[in-house]
Amino acid sequence: MRFRLPQRFNLVSTILWGLRIVVAVLVLAGSWATLSSGKLTPDAWRELIVFGIAQGSVYGLIALGYTLVYGVLFMINFAHGDVFMTGAMTAFFVARNFGESGFINANPIVALLIIFAVSMLTSMLVAIVLERIAYRPLRRAPRLVPLITAIGASLFISNSIRGIYGEQSQSYPSVTALQGRLDLFGIPILKTQALVIASAIVLMIALVYFVERTRTGRAMRAVSEDKDVAALMGINVDRIIVTTFAVGGLLAGAAGVLYALVFNEVDWFMGFLPGIKAFTAAVLGGIGNIAGAMVGGLTLGVLESVGPFLLLGGANVPSPNQLRDVIAFTVLVLVLIFRPNGILGRSEPGR
Amino acid sequence: MQRLFRLSALLAALLLILAACSSNTGGSSPSGSAASSGDPTAVCAADKFGCVKVASGDKIEIATALTITGSTSSLGLDSVTGVQVAIKDRGQVAGHDVDLKSTDAGCSNAQDGQTDAQSLVADPQIVAVIGTSCSRTAVPAMPVLAAQGYLMISPSNTAPSLTDPSSKDFGGPFYMRTAYNDKVQGAAVAKFACEVLTVKTAATIHDGSPYAQQLQQVFADQFKSQCGGTITAQEAIHVGDKDFHPVLTTIGAAKPEALFFPIFDPEAPLIVQQSRDIPGLANTKLISADGAKDDTFISSAGPLAQSLGMYFSGPDLNFGSTYTDKFLPEYKQIAGKDPTSVYHAHAYDAANIIFDAIEHVGLKDSSGTLYIPRTALKDYARGVKDYKGLTGTLTCDPNGDCGASFVSIAQLKPDASGKLAFQQVYTTRSAS
Repeated sequence: MRFRLPQRFNLVSTILWGLRIVVAVLVLAGSWATLSSGKLTPDAWRELIVFGIAQGSVYGLIALGYTLVYGVLFMINFAHGDVFMTGAMTAFFVARNFGESGFINANPIVALLIIFAVSMLTSMLVAIVLERIAYRPLRRAPRLVPLITAIGASLFISNSIRGIYGEQSQSYPSVTALQGRLDLFGIPILKTQALVIASAIVLMIALVYFVERTRTGRAMRAVSEDKDVAALMGINVDRIIVTTFAVGGLLAGAAGVLYALVFNEVDWFMGFLPGIKAFTAAVLGGIGNIAGAMVGGLTLGVLESVGPFLLLGGANVPSPNQLRDVIAFTVLVLVLIFRPNGILGRSEPGR
Repeated sequence: MQRLFRLSALLAALLLILAACSSNTGGSSPSGSAASSGDPTAVCAADKFGCVKVASGDKIEIATALTITGSTSSLGLDSVTGVQVAIKDRGQVAGHDVDLKSTDAGCSNAQDGQTDAQSLVADPQIVAVIGTSCSRTAVPAMPVLAAQGYLMISPSNTAPSLTDPSSKDFGGPFYMRTAYNDKVQGAAVAKFACEVLTVKTAATIHDGSPYAQQLQQVFADQFKSQCGGTITAQEAIHVGDKDFHPVLTTIGAAKPEALFFPIFDPEAPLIVQQSRDIPGLANTKLISADGAKDDTFISSAGPLAQSLGMYFSGPDLNFGSTYTDKFLPEYKQIAGKDPTSVYHAHAYDAANIIFDAIEHVGLKDSSGTLYIPRTALKDYARGVKDYKGLTGTLTCDPNGDCGASFVSIAQLKPDASGKLAFQQVYTTRSAS
């Protein structure tokens, strides 16, 4: 991005520049006031950042589902948050049984792998069925139509789960092996959060390998470029689209278990807020961009965790953490004003 | 098989019609407990909001507007059962059976209170409302109900602003409550914290609801003024959030000796769990309040809260022998389980105040139709004085505060059957 003075100062660019300066001054002043007040120790700041990264990893994993589908179909799959919820809710029953029988503590690795597998497969199945029933018949419809279907599908899935599993929130059993802290390069971090971050990294690497190095991945990229030409090249477009939904579902299922392990609670409505946040993260990072989804997720997570206190704590604003979402979404708006395609997004000529 | 089914269905229907007819004829006989005399037409015309007409043999309809679904339902369903016990105990009111319409006013979303109130005023047969569970939903519900002259008595709203005429949340002349005002609860918790726990620093968390915000504020003010304590932080969270690590980290930086968070499920148990991840809160005493004092909390974080020796404030439930020997067995019979929360007796009193008021202001004409003037009903209920209720002797102040119960502090301990239950460790009731 090259910075050069606009040829002519028009009203809009003047306002935008003014806005940039005001934002920069506010952010610097707020951060300076907080940091110089010394209300938080460096340890506490480090904790806040680690909490943010862990939460952001979960957002990132869900955001990948949004971004993959957008990359291929150019639609926002608003039911993705509920795909995430379905996996965690279904795996709860496995987890509860493992918890009651003591298997989860006797053999935590095997137990967790099975719980992950159940959640990921359930979410994948829901994502595939969703694509087949709700989206495929509307493939050639105007772009607004699948969006409305997605919202309907989201309500349908969440309320079905509410009907099947009940309204009450359910608590996941706590895993003894995941309690306490782990010393990582001299930084003590919670074991659950270490697991979240590590799983996110592993899944991310696997996804990049899949998209960049395998035949299916190459086909996926081709479909993303141009569906019709890809079909002419002998690619089964329908199969690739189903695969995309399946991969997104797998990642969402994994995110669901990670979320449940951190917060110990699942309910039928748990997909809504993370779904919205992950969508935000995908847009923030640049929708359609795989690395962007992860970057967006981490950015949003850290912003939510550190932002309120960093910007408002020093100014003695009462209860800054209540303004967490305000700050996170203000940042989203600002990013979109200055970089309409997101942090890592490229402009798409002609779209 | 199918024919048999049809036949039995037909028979059942016939029986029902017969039963209805017979009860109709039985009900038309003039009842001895009928209300005061006077000309119903004139009284109803003079009453600003008119009368509810209950024809002879029809049922008197009252409604509950409580939280009966979702994670706060153990709070609301508990009060519903209290009302059901009251209806069963009372039998007939002014010669009529009582019918309960149980509606959902929600808790976490203020809008739900308004929606529910609108559905209630759409039914002109509803005489009075028992609700809401949460102060947040009472605020938007009250203007809707008051505009149509519907009396509402809350068994569990405790936010001070609802009975404070200078507040924009003021419930107005058609609102009253049988629960205590949080000015009492907040002061009691502060006194407990500094006199019994002997802590000098405390932090609070609220969720932006009138109840939590005002209760923690009363606590903070009293903690500072009554025992010279320091409030290190007054933080707030969002209802529906799950990740409280950041807010707990900022609170933990000052290492407060006590943390008071009078919020609801599922946020309260999540805060208990996540507070374990924060080094600065390792030795902090956790105190929550009546909003989280229910079965849902126990099933989410009960064993952890027990091991931490966490405290819960709420009404003192030592209401005497009528409560333990008569009310509780009936409650168990109707609900099929022990009380799930702490505001069942307050709901029982609220229902009985309504029944008393109906019997006192209701008028009967020659055909046996009962006329209940709405303004007179509210005037009688709001003027309750030295009323011997289950929760104590109730007297309403001019702003609608009628609660008489004392504040207690409880901890989770296994009861006789080994199940975790809230057991009182401190009370403001003087031992007499």
